[in-house]
Amino acid sequence: MSDITNNDYDILVKKQSPTTKSYKTIPLAFITGGLICALGQAFINFYLSMGVNKDTAFTAASITLILLATLATGLNFYDNIAKFGGAGTLVPITGFANAITAPALEFKSEGYILGLGAKLFAIAGPVIVYGIASGILYGLAAYVLKL
Amino acid sequence: MQRLGKNTIKFNHPPSVIGFASIASKKESEGPMAQYIDILSKDPMFGQQTWEKAESQMQRDVALKALEKAKLSPGNIDCLFAGDLLNQCIGSHYGLLELGIPFMGLYSACATMAESLISAAVFVESKAADHAMAVTSSHFCSAEKQYRFPLEYGGQRTPTSQWTVTGAGAAILGHGDVPPFVKAMTIGTIKDKGIKDVNNMGAAMAPAAALTIGQYFEDTVTNEDNFDLIVTGDLAHVGSQLLYELMEQDRYDLRGKHADCGMLIYDRETQDVCAGGSGCGCAATVLCSYILNSMKSGKLNEVLFVATGALMSPTSLQQKQNIPGIAHLIHLSTRKE
Amino acid sequence: MFMQYFWAFVVGGAICAVGQVLIDYTKMTPARILVSFVVLGVVLGALGLYQPLVEFAGGGASVPLIGFGHLIAKGTLEAVKQKGLLGALSGGLASTAAGISASIFFALIVALIFKPKEKA
Repeated sequence: MSDITNNDYDILVKKQSPTTKSYKTIPLAFITGGLICALGQAFINFYLSMGVNKDTAFTAASITLILLATLATGLNFYDNIAKFGGAGTLVPITGFANAITAPALEFKSEGYILGLGAKLFAIAGPVIVYGIASGILYGLAAYVLKL
Repeated sequence: MQRLGKNTIKFNHPPSVIGFASIASKKESEGPMAQYIDILSKDPMFGQQTWEKAESQMQRDVALKALEKAKLSPGNIDCLFAGDLLNQCIGSHYGLLELGIPFMGLYSACATMAESLISAAVFVESKAADHAMAVTSSHFCSAEKQYRFPLEYGGQRTPTSQWTVTGAGAAILGHGDVPPFVKAMTIGTIKDKGIKDVNNMGAAMAPAAALTIGQYFEDTVTNEDNFDLIVTGDLAHVGSQLLYELMEQDRYDLRGKHADCGMLIYDRETQDVCAGGSGCGCAATVLCSYILNSMKSGKLNEVLFVATGALMSPTSLQQKQNIPGIAHLIHLSTRKE
Repeated sequence: MFMQYFWAFVVGGAICAVGQVLIDYTKMTPARILVSFVVLGVVLGALGLYQPLVEFAGGGASVPLIGFGHLIAKGTLEAVKQKGLLGALSGGLASTAAGISASIFFALIVALIFKPKEKA
C-alpha cells in the first residue's frame, strides 16, 4: 500500500479544505464591530449630557455595553450575532462580557463554586492575567525611567 | 473465525444483527435521515437536567428500543459493549447502569460504533455470548462543552469544521439466519499524518480510513466493485474528498460507491453544519437507521461500514500534539454464506 | 455629532476587521486574540499613541479591548506618579476595576437566572 508523506498530505489537505470566505467575514466584522462602537459612542454622549466628566462617561458607557452583552448571552442570542459578526462581536468589550458569562452559565451544572465561580474565568481569565502583568511591567518601567 | 491476510478476520458463522434502534434530536429530525430514526426528541435535554445526563438518557432509551424491537429483555443479553465521547465514558456508564447487563466500556472516539460491534461480533461468534449488544452515543452540547467552548460563547466555525450529532445507535448481535450479518472485520491501526487543526477532523481521519479500507481490499482480494456501498463514519466533506485522493493512489475509485455518515445525516446546503456531522453518535445513528433498514429491505446487500475516529483530547490539543486517526471496518452482508 | 458617530463606527469597525483578519488567516484562537489586543493596548497606551485615537474616535477606540489595555496603561502611569512604586501594582486594576467588576457581577447574576440553550 502506498504511503503518502506528511508534507504531501498537508498539500493535499490544503487543496481540499475550503477556506473562510473572508470577503464576507471581514466586512461583517467591520459593520458589527462598528455598530457596537457607535452604540458605545451614543452611551458616552448620553452620560456626558447627564453632566458627568469624560472619564466617567467612558467607563459608564463600557459598563452599559457589558450589561447588554451579558443579558444577550443569558437570553441565548449573543452567540447568534457572533455567528455573523465574528471578530466584530469578539473584539469589543462586549466580547469580554460574553466570554465571562458563557462559561459561568454552562458550568453552573457543576456547582456554584468550582463550576460557575471557577469556570467564569476560563476564557477571559488570560486577558486579565496578561493585561495586568503588562501594566505592571509598564509601571515599573515608568517608575525607573521617571516618566 | 479465521484470519485473512494481515489484519482482517472473517467469521465462519456470521453473527446476525437481530435488533437495532436509533435515537436523535431536533437538528437531526430536520435532516434527511429523520424518516429512518426510531426515536426523535425535540427536547435536547431528553427530560434530564444536564447535557451529560441527557446523553445517558439517550443511551438508555436506544438500548431499550433495540431490545424491544428484537423482542428481548436485558436479561437475554450476555454482554454489552458501549462507548461515547465524554471523559471516562460517563454517557455509557450512567446510561446503561440500570440495565444490569455485563458491561464493557470502550473508547475509540467517533469509531466507537464499529469497535463495539466488532467486540460484540467476536463474542457471539466465539460463543462467549449468545446475544451481545453494541451501543454508542454523542451529544452536541456535552461534546461542545468538553472539547470546544460553552454553548453561549460567540464563536465562528471554520468551513472545515464538523457538527457533533446528538444521537445514539444500538445493535444486538446473535446467532441465527436473519439478515443482515457481520461477515468480516478489519481492526484499524492508529495513523498520524501530522494534522493539528481540530477544526479539520475529516483530514485527520481520512488517512486512517484509506489505510483500513485498502487493507481490507488487500486481505480479502476484493475492491470497490464487490460492494453496494462503502460508508465511512463522519469524514464529512473534506475528509471524503481526501479519502478519494488517497485511495486513488492505490488505484481504487471510491467515488460513486462511497457515502459518509457525516454527510448523510444533515443537509449541508440548508443546515449550517459546515463540512458535515461528526461525533460517535453520527455513525451509530446512521448505521442503526438508514443502513441497517436498507439492508433489511434488500436495497443494500454488501456494505462496508468504516467508522473513523480522531484520537485527540483537549489536553493533547493544548500540548500541541498531532491528531491521529483510526478507522475500524465491518463487512455487513445480507447473505450468510 | 454625525461625524462623531461616523468615526466611532469606522475606527471601531476597522479594529474589529483586523481581528477578523487574524482569525481567518492566522488560525489564532479567540482567547489569543483577546489577550493580544489587551497587551497591544497596554503597549500603545504606554507609548502615548492610543490617547489621540480615543480623543478622535471616542467609542470607536474605547470600546474595543485595545481600549481596555490602554486604560490599564493610563491608570498605571497616573498611579506611579501619585504613589510611586506601589502605583505600578495598583494602577492597572484600579482604572479597569469598574469594568472587570461589572462583568463578573453581571455574569454571576445572569448565570444564576438563565440556562444555556442548544444551538440551532
